[in-house]
Amino acid sequence: MEPLPIVTYPDERLKTTCDPVEQFDPELREFAEHLQYTADQGPSAVGIAAPQVGRMQRLCLVDATRAKRPVDNNGPLVLVNPEITNWKGFAVGREGCLSIPDYTGKVIRAESIELVAQDVQGREVRFEMKGFEARIAQHELDHLDGILFLDRLVSRHADLRQR
Amino acid sequence: MAQPWLLLTLVGADRPGIVAHVTRVLFGVGAELGETAMMRLGNQFAIMMMVRNAGKPEEVTGLLESTRAEFDLKLHVDEIDASLHQHREPDVSVTVHSADRSGIVADVTAALLEAGMNILDLRSDVGGSEDEPIYIMQIDGETTDGIETIERRVARFAEQGLNVHVTPLQTMRG
Repeated sequence: MEPLPIVTYPDERLKTTCDPVEQFDPELREFAEHLQYTADQGPSAVGIAAPQVGRMQRLCLVDATRAKRPVDNNGPLVLVNPEITNWKGFAVGREGCLSIPDYTGKVIRAESIELVAQDVQGREVRFEMKGFEARIAQHELDHLDGILFLDRLVSRHADLRQR
Repeated sequence: MAQPWLLLTLVGADRPGIVAHVTRVLFGVGAELGETAMMRLGNQFAIMMMVRNAGKPEEVTGLLESTRAEFDLKLHVDEIDASLHQHREPDVSVTVHSADRSGIVADVTAALLEAGMNILDLRSDVGGSEDEPIYIMQIDGETTDGIETIERRVARFAEQGLNVHVTPLQTMRG
């Protein structure tokens, strides 16, 4: 299997809102596996979204088990048509992106979220996420709406962490 | 072929227009800007700027002479052995605050060095009042010996009235 080519900034597809997934068929499952394989080849990615490989559909992967330091997580997730239903708190964290090589910056995200989505079979799934995993999900869901972390950068010296 | 990078440092009393004027002159001769850091320190505005394709250091100094004079800036230009796309990702953040006294930066950074931390970004400030100044420092860096080693090294500062907090940083990439 060859990794899928990563779409990189400033490709217009990264600024485009994706369409809902309507067909839950073997091809979709095959694509999700291919997407996972592609993320595995990149530099320590903990998530990836379909538009990052040019597929303009609302599907993304979130995998906080790959964090360098252990964090709370729901395991490796394929999220289809995901929506955040609840947000709580704020946190500043550093983010990078497979589609924006050689740059990281600080972004404010909700500290914890609740999320509803479908799995690759089309079944509804719900998750509560916090911290690093919540950050991954928000970053990936932004991709589905054509929003990059560059659009959400805050001051390099921003810091909301509790002392 | 691209010329070597130059590092321009400019410092002068802060007032609107310094950045716009300096960069306009450089753009006018086809210069390329690389990474820059600009900030207000005290009542001064300080610029550090990677520039290339604007000529040799003495030529860049000449180009900027009228702007330098207009804004009463101190200008220094050095050729440097730098390149872009050399970013490093910090994995630890250290914040320090205390009543101001001499030696805070020297003491803390020496301890961090001993603990295997390489400083990537340091910003410090003096707040409080003239009578009771407080010193605040934020440092991002990368560790070689782990967060715990840093925490052990800085623990002793508590006895000296320094509040030192060590926080792991984890960059999310997706």
